[in-house]
Amino acid sequence: MTGATTSMTLAGHFTYFITVFLMVAGLFIVISRSNLIKKLVGLGIFQTSVYLLYVAPAKLIGGTAPILSDAFTVYSNPLPHVLILTAIVVGVATLALGLALVVRIREAYESIEEDEILQLDAKPERDGLEP
Amino acid sequence: MNLLSHLPALQVVIPLIAAPLTVLLRRRSVAFAVALIASWAALAIAVLLWLQVAESGTLSYAIGSWPAPWGIEYRVDRLNSFILILVSGIAALVLPYSRASIEAEVPPQQHYLFYTMFVLCLTGLLGIAITGDAFNIFVFLEVSSLSAYVLIALGRDRRALFAAYQYLLMGSIGATFLVIGIGLLYLMTGTLNLADMGLRIATVQGTRPVLAALAFITVGVSLKLALFPLHQWLPNAYTFAPSAVSAFLAATATKVAVYVLLRFYFSVFGESAVFAKLPMEQMMLLLALAGMFAASTIAIFQTDLKRLFAYSSVAQIGYIILGMSFDSVSGLTASIVHLFNHGVTKGAIYMLLGCVALGMGGTTLARVQGLGKRMPLTSFGIVIGGLSLIGVPGTAGFVSKWYLLLAALEKGQWWLVFMIVLSSLLAAVYVWRFVEAAYLQEPRKDTAEVAATPWLMSIPTAILVIAIVYFGLDTSFTIGTASDAAAALLGGRR
Repeated sequence: MTGATTSMTLAGHFTYFITVFLMVAGLFIVISRSNLIKKLVGLGIFQTSVYLLYVAPAKLIGGTAPILSDAFTVYSNPLPHVLILTAIVVGVATLALGLALVVRIREAYESIEEDEILQLDAKPERDGLEP
Repeated sequence: MNLLSHLPALQVVIPLIAAPLTVLLRRRSVAFAVALIASWAALAIAVLLWLQVAESGTLSYAIGSWPAPWGIEYRVDRLNSFILILVSGIAALVLPYSRASIEAEVPPQQHYLFYTMFVLCLTGLLGIAITGDAFNIFVFLEVSSLSAYVLIALGRDRRALFAAYQYLLMGSIGATFLVIGIGLLYLMTGTLNLADMGLRIATVQGTRPVLAALAFITVGVSLKLALFPLHQWLPNAYTFAPSAVSAFLAATATKVAVYVLLRFYFSVFGESAVFAKLPMEQMMLLLALAGMFAASTIAIFQTDLKRLFAYSSVAQIGYIILGMSFDSVSGLTASIVHLFNHGVTKGAIYMLLGCVALGMGGTTLARVQGLGKRMPLTSFGIVIGGLSLIGVPGTAGFVSKWYLLLAALEKGQWWLVFMIVLSSLLAAVYVWRFVEAAYLQEPRKDTAEVAATPWLMSIPTAILVIAIVYFGLDTSFTIGTASDAAAALLGGRR
């Protein structure tokens, strides 16, 4: 493969590189951080990568909205944009619910660090009875 | 157009409308009535749909009259009409049960919100099962999951909050993996309609994006259905959720996820040679066996019955996946039947455990000592459920395991027959743990005298326990539907 075509494919796949970077970065934050809010931030980044995966291939440079007119011949695909609108709403709802749970967890445990919470839960179960 | 032709839409729309109604009406008993009517209507519609499909074949319903490959299509065939009956049937039984059950477990001012979340979760699960559109599956999956997180967080114990949070993280990652897979499939086929996708994928079969889509969908849905080792969220979620929620989710949520996997594997990927390109069969076989043995072994060492049966659920999912890995009509029949039978069995067990929690103040093995004397009927019910988990003849669990054994023999895998029997012995061990505590030990002096179980709880529970035995003796409904569904799923190839 010549140098010119390599750089062409690299440039052509630019959005995919960004997508994969966001995906992996987000997932890494979810796994590696112990702070519950940072985990949710990671989850948000992870979900954002999917928006890009859908929307980027649907947009054609110079394409317009699909309105029939003699002036335009190139159209962008509107369906992925609409799908992602739905996915964004779902993402917002997930984030809101996640944060609400963190607030409740903070009230119940006085902590939002995963390792501290696991430690608090690790104490033997009492259930009010002698063994 | 008469009302009957709109049944597929009504199946989802009725519980969906009931959800905001319960919020607006606010009064606890009114909200309960609305939710109850919605769930019973859903069951009636599911039965009508099953009858229609049995009579005249696959139903296709175009939402908003937009024809199929462009608009969203609801498609009801033998397989998902069966799933619809399971989901709405369990909901119709758990809802009346929940009224008395949440009385003790959820603060009264939150009761109407409980019903809202319950019918929303029902909407989502029914929607996943009925829709023929890939992106629609994701949307309904999130509707059911988000409401399930809230339902779990309603548990009394503060650990319920953390369990819900963990489920939210894992569930969202799983759902996002599923969307990535669907996105890749959309890029390659240019359609979101599952049936259409199944036809068009033939031209791009074996390309890398399609294989990547297969991998993403497998991992995403496996997280949702708690396939070992992606089951970490399940035990805590089932243990700390309110009893009614455990019963509903254990019987339906993972089963619907299994349905999604079946749909993608056999209706979408099935036509192409994807199964031949990756060692999917071996991988599923390995994970199924690992789940069956590891989860059953962990279950043996649990001290809380809710957690014990949660691990048992992970093991039973293994049997379902094992049936799928055979990639044959008899294997799929076993999977689909086990999906139904295990849903009924686990629903019954968790409902009984809810009665135990109410009567004895908890579900630890220490609390249930002497349960056979204190709550003889409830205790007997759990034993029947346990026998079904082991697979004793006369219970629903036997039927599905029998078909699983037949499928293994058909493949000539003698060692698998041995493994299935061996893992059933592990189930016998953990069920024995309960029997030992309930029947061979005297009631503890320091546990309170038993409060009577309200009839609203005992009647639905009894119906489900009887169903375990009924589906163990009369298999015409379960096996009949499942074998038709399995043949239809593989129909494209044979």
